[in-house]
Amino acid sequence: MRYSDDHILLHSQRETQISRFKAWVLFLVPLAAILFQVYFPLFFQFLAYLELPLIVTVYFALMRRSPIGGLLVGALVGLAQDSLSKNPLGMFGITKTIIGYVAASVGLRLDVDHALIRLILGFIFFVFHQFIFWVLSRGLLGQQINFETQRTLVLGLLNAIVAVSLFHFLDKLKERT
Amino acid sequence: METLLNRYRNVTVLLLVIFAQLVLLAYQVKNDSDVRMIRVWAVTAVTPLARAIEGVRGGTEGFLQNYVVLRDTRAENQRLHSELGKLKLENQFLRTELATADRAKALTAFESRSPSKMIAARVIATAAGASASAVFVDRGSTSGVEKGMAVVTPDGIVGKVLAAYPTASQVLLATDPSFAAGVVSQKNHVRGILKGLGHGNCRVDYVQNEEKVESGEWFYTSGDDRIFPKGMPAGLVTVARSGNPFQEIMVEPSGLASGLEEVLIVLQGVHQQIPELKTAAQPVYLAPPLPSTPGDAQAVSTAGTNSGAAVTTDADKIREHYKEVAGEQGHKFGENPPGSKPADFNLEKKPGEKPAAGAKPRTDGETERAGEGGTTPARPPTPAGKSPAVSPAPRPPVSPSQPKAASPDKANPPQ
Repeated sequence: MRYSDDHILLHSQRETQISRFKAWVLFLVPLAAILFQVYFPLFFQFLAYLELPLIVTVYFALMRRSPIGGLLVGALVGLAQDSLSKNPLGMFGITKTIIGYVAASVGLRLDVDHALIRLILGFIFFVFHQFIFWVLSRGLLGQQINFETQRTLVLGLLNAIVAVSLFHFLDKLKERT
Repeated sequence: METLLNRYRNVTVLLLVIFAQLVLLAYQVKNDSDVRMIRVWAVTAVTPLARAIEGVRGGTEGFLQNYVVLRDTRAENQRLHSELGKLKLENQFLRTELATADRAKALTAFESRSPSKMIAARVIATAAGASASAVFVDRGSTSGVEKGMAVVTPDGIVGKVLAAYPTASQVLLATDPSFAAGVVSQKNHVRGILKGLGHGNCRVDYVQNEEKVESGEWFYTSGDDRIFPKGMPAGLVTVARSGNPFQEIMVEPSGLASGLEEVLIVLQGVHQQIPELKTAAQPVYLAPPLPSTPGDAQAVSTAGTNSGAAVTTDADKIREHYKEVAGEQGHKFGENPPGSKPADFNLEKKPGEKPAAGAKPRTDGETERAGEGGTTPARPPTPAGKSPAVSPAPRPPVSPSQPKAASPDKANPPQ
């Protein structure tokens, strides 16, 4: 399938349709994502590599196309994630705030309903997320952590594939207009 | 101004939110304290859900094992040889139950055997983040758990309590890079600091290259960190090699080796001794001493069967001789009161007395030489510096200056 710029970029206000979700979806989906991350790796360790809170943040930011809404969702999900981690509060919070803002800004310009775009965005946002977290860990906490590029790229691809599937499922929770 | 704010509203909000979180972060780092309220909210919101899911999972698993599988198998048993199938099914079921019961029993046994006061806890969740080496357990401050308490299993140390919330606690695992514990090796009692590496293994730091640590050796907690009681297994050395400036010692943490489901939180630790290394007691063969003459060889050969009775060395022979001489005079070694007259070792044995084994009667010449000192008694053992100023005591028949007497066997070789 040929995918031209006309399909990727949005040019009119009509095309930038904002998706709306019910309040319980906005509350329960991130909570479920966090719960998934803290519970299921107990039984399947490889699931710890899935950043479901990030995927959910990216999804809501992309679909709502509101930078302020995106950054607030990111901040709340990130702080909740911080609360359940051993990091000081704010590490995931700042990271996901930035991701939420950038994702919403991207959502204003791209057709984020297409699977290929979602795959690429899922990959890029995961790598971006890991990079920001690494910078914050070194810069703010003074931790001597190496940025494992190869590992991050592989995990980015894995998370992107999961993101496409999850986005498809979450599309069904959108309010019909 | 208002237009400007509207224009950059998104960026302004972004910067404000990031700034607020930076302040929050800076507050925690600077004061080395936590904003506990937010964490309590999150933990209180998530752990009941995790517990509920765990309950549903356990219940479903139990239902499937105890009802569905059992019923299906029973139906199959009715079609096949019912007795045999039923027994097999029961066996399988009991094994599963036994495996579960064994873990609980091992924990209970360890808890009752250990002098430390402990509380059992179940792991209900892991910490958020892919690289996080921390878990949540279902015991919190209401159960007496406090921050900094040690977490162990019968196999070894697991980690320490990072934070205690009312219904749950966060446990930092021993594999986390920020974990550290004082340890000591079992064999040579080499002390070091156990640190996590972020993956399966740990390393022991600050061990000098001169210290001896071997692969396969156990490390135990030393109690120096005041978290873990002394004497708990920490792990097994997998690699030990020289490094710069300290040895590179890799340890496989024994408490995490078989997965984590149930753990024990040490409420009040009691130090224990580090168990001694059991070495296999192998019998060591000692050859009999080399005989100097054929006669001695015979005596030595009988020594193994009649040990204690045989006189094998020159010193033994002299001692036997003195005992006999003293025995004739009624002297008993070690029983005479202080100041009593000592035995005269220059006197000859009465004729007809049975000589001691290996002791030869003296010749006349030897007797004369021995009696050169007259009847001066031999000196009794006196405290140092209090020797009476008397003429030198006559030497016993055996002395280096009297080779003939010193070596009765040589003086009187066997015919």
